[in-house]
Formats: sequence, C-alpha cells, structure tokens
Amino acid sequence: MTGVRVLAGTRKGAFVLTSDGGRDRWEVSGPHFAGWEVYHVKGSPADPDRLYASQCSGWSGQVIQRSDDGGQTWVAAGNQFAYDGAPGTHQWYDGTPHPWEFERVWHLEPAQDDPDTVWAGVEDAGLFRSRDGGQSWHEMPALRGHKSGPLWQPGAGGMCLHTILLDQSAPGRMFAAISAAGAFRSDDDGQTWRPINQGLQSEGIPDPDAEVGHCVHRLAMHPSRPSVLFMQKHWDVMRSDNAGESWREISGNLPTDFGFPIDVHAHEPDTVYVVPITSDAEHFPPEGKLRVYRSRSGGDDWEPLTRGLPQENCYVNVLRDAMAVDSMDECGVYFGTTGGQVYASPDSGDTWAPIVRDLPAVLSVEVQTLP
Amino acid sequence: MIRVVLPSHLRVLAQINGEVSLDVAGPVTQRTVLDALEARYPVLRGTIRGHDSGPRRAFIRFFACEQDLSHEQPDDPLPAAVVAGTEPYLIVGAMAGG
Repeated sequence: MTGVRVLAGTRKGAFVLTSDGGRDRWEVSGPHFAGWEVYHVKGSPADPDRLYASQCSGWSGQVIQRSDDGGQTWVAAGNQFAYDGAPGTHQWYDGTPHPWEFERVWHLEPAQDDPDTVWAGVEDAGLFRSRDGGQSWHEMPALRGHKSGPLWQPGAGGMCLHTILLDQSAPGRMFAAISAAGAFRSDDDGQTWRPINQGLQSEGIPDPDAEVGHCVHRLAMHPSRPSVLFMQKHWDVMRSDNAGESWREISGNLPTDFGFPIDVHAHEPDTVYVVPITSDAEHFPPEGKLRVYRSRSGGDDWEPLTRGLPQENCYVNVLRDAMAVDSMDECGVYFGTTGGQVYASPDSGDTWAPIVRDLPAVLSVEVQTLP
Repeated sequence: MIRVVLPSHLRVLAQINGEVSLDVAGPVTQRTVLDALEARYPVLRGTIRGHDSGPRRAFIRFFACEQDLSHEQPDDPLPAAVVAGTEPYLIVGAMAGG
C-alpha cells in the first residue's frame, strides 16, 4: 500500500488530500466544484481512480460528478433522479401528508466489484442505482414503497437516506438508514426491504415497539463480521449482533450518547469510534473539548482520545458522514468538522493532527487506501 | 445571435468563460433559448429548469432589458433587443444567500 487519499466534501466544494503511508505530510487539492455543496465523495473499491461526487446547490439542484483519475479531473454525469411511479406522500413535520420531492444525494456507495455500479441515498428518502457510471439513475422503489413509507417523517436536516452498507459476504444483503424512519435491511439486492429497529427506544415516539420513526444518524459495520452492526442514533449508541434483528444499547460510560458519526477500526471488529456531542440542541462537544471516544470491547467501555485535539473552546460539530478509517497496517482514523478542520490519526486514534484547518464546513470524509 | 449570461456557478459547471452566443432557429422565446443552451451544454440540463423543458427552478430568475421575465410564459417572444443581440438574456441566481 502506497498511501492514502482523503476525500472531503464541504459546504463550498470538494477537497482531495493525499499522503504517503506515514500520513504526516499532505498535499491538498481543491476546491473542486467551488461554491457548490458537496455532500459526499467516494471511491470505487473496484477501481480506486474512479470517484463519484454529489454536488448540489439551492439554485441549481443536483449534479453527479465522476473522476477516472483519482480526482484530478472530473466530468459531470447524470443528474436526473425521478422517483419510480407516482411518488405518494410521507409525513411532514406537522404530521400532514407531504409529497415525496427529490432534493439532493446525501450518500454514494460504489459497488465492490464494478466501478460503473453505484448506489445513491437521497433526500427525500429513496434509494437509486446507476449501472453506467452515474449517467443514468433508477430508483429501487421497494424501500420507499414499504408499507411504512407514508409514516416516515423528516429529521431536522431533512428526510435523508444517509447510510448504505453492502454486505460483501452475503450477496444481495444490504442495509440502509433514514432520518427519521430508521434502519432497513434487504436480502435480495434491494428488491424488498424490512425495518430492523427492534430494541430502539426514542424519546418522542410514544410506542416503544414502533417499527419506524427512529432518527438513526449512522450505521457502521466491519466487513469481516457483517452480522454485527453499530448505530449512532439521535440519542443512544446501539449494537446488533444479528444483522439488525434486535438492538441493545452500548452507550456505557460515554459523557453523552448524542452524536452523528460512528465507525469501526479496519482490523479490529470490536474497536469502535464515536464523537459525543452535547445534545440535540447543543451541537458541539461537551465542555468545549473535542474528544473521539474509542471502545475496544465492542461498546459499553469507552476511552476518550484527546492527544492533538483541541481541549478548550471548541464548539464544532462532526456530521454523520464525516468519519472514515483507512486500512493501512496501522489503521488511520479521520474526521472533519463543521469548523473546517480535517483531523487524521495514523495510530488508531492515539494521536491526532489536523491535515487542514480552514476549509468550509466539512460535510463528509472518506478515505481510500491506495495500492 | 442571442447573447446569454449565466450565473458564475453555472459558468463553472459548464466551463464557460463570459457570455454565450446562441443561434436560435425559429421564434426566439425563453423555451427556444434554453433548449439551444442545453443542446450546446448538456451539463446544464436540470440546473436552470426541470429536465425535458420543465418549470424554472425556484431560485433561478430570468431578466432582460431591465425586466423580470421569470413569470412570463416560456413560449412568449423575447424582447426585440434580445432577438437583435443588443441586449443579453440574463439567467440569475436569486439572492438567497449562502
């Protein structure tokens, strides 16, 4: 492995940060798509030079960009996202029916074995797929068409499908998560879906057995053990040991269990990372101290990671898609903040240093381990 | 030739420097101008109006000759000065902040 490439999406463009295996000296390129919001950039596992980016603006809507040279040059691909059939309605914030309206692509998930196949999670929550390198997009309508769909409601950030996890060991199995509907699983490549939210308890939902309505912020999975899922919910950090059939809380000794991202160490399936945030009203770290918390026991017991992170007067947030891990021999961990910093740890979180300090607010961070 | 001025974010997207000059066959209307613009720059499809000659996007405005044409019918003729090329057709991002 020769190095890493960090892909940062921000409020005003995308940035590509590259380094060798030492991960202490970085080259920064960007802004790409300057002035546009870039919700997500992700590389294809099948071809690391194939990247996809979700670029959008309130003026001009959605554009999907594609690169075939690792982000040096880009071409605009397709931007037509039409829901399949009559869109129907979901619930609006006030509980009234509201028609499904495409707003933007939150998350792009390239397929493991084909650089031209990529999944897109969109707002209002739906799942799309392209099989021609992003030129054309087709909805996989079974998820939005689930019988619970008319009951889904947007979270504060919009009704987004923000997480897509592909289980490489079980062909056809995939997971998706929606704010604020919950987590869902398909075992047939997206042809059918069912909610997997048993065990989630959410303030604001009176029925403790509610099938949907949970504000799941993020799911994470280690590829070697895909039946174990980790979840950062609006409140609560959760774990499932049976592919989402049931969940149990693993918040343990966290200072607060509100937060957005969650991720798993590349080589240790029971090493998990979260970034606790004070509360739903106070989207900044407790006490102004930016701390990543790591559990090496699959949850419950957490340790703060602070070396190199600001421990006073820090009031940034870390958004749900803004944390990633590389798969170098010593796992690197990365996250970006709404204050424009991208931090890297080359030693599994023990020490941290900023790659850049003054980007626009960071919306997403992905990392590629380059061959 | 019809002169078209795009907002900066669309000039960046379509890699356009300065104004665009378009040869529009037949009646010069907002629809025919946008059709010609999108034919030359397919990347602009969906960014100014909906796909397939759909409605204007909510935060895009159309100006010409010191008039706001945003609410005019797309098949109405454009002002003579735009047709003659002495005045540009302006595609404007609404002042929506950000």
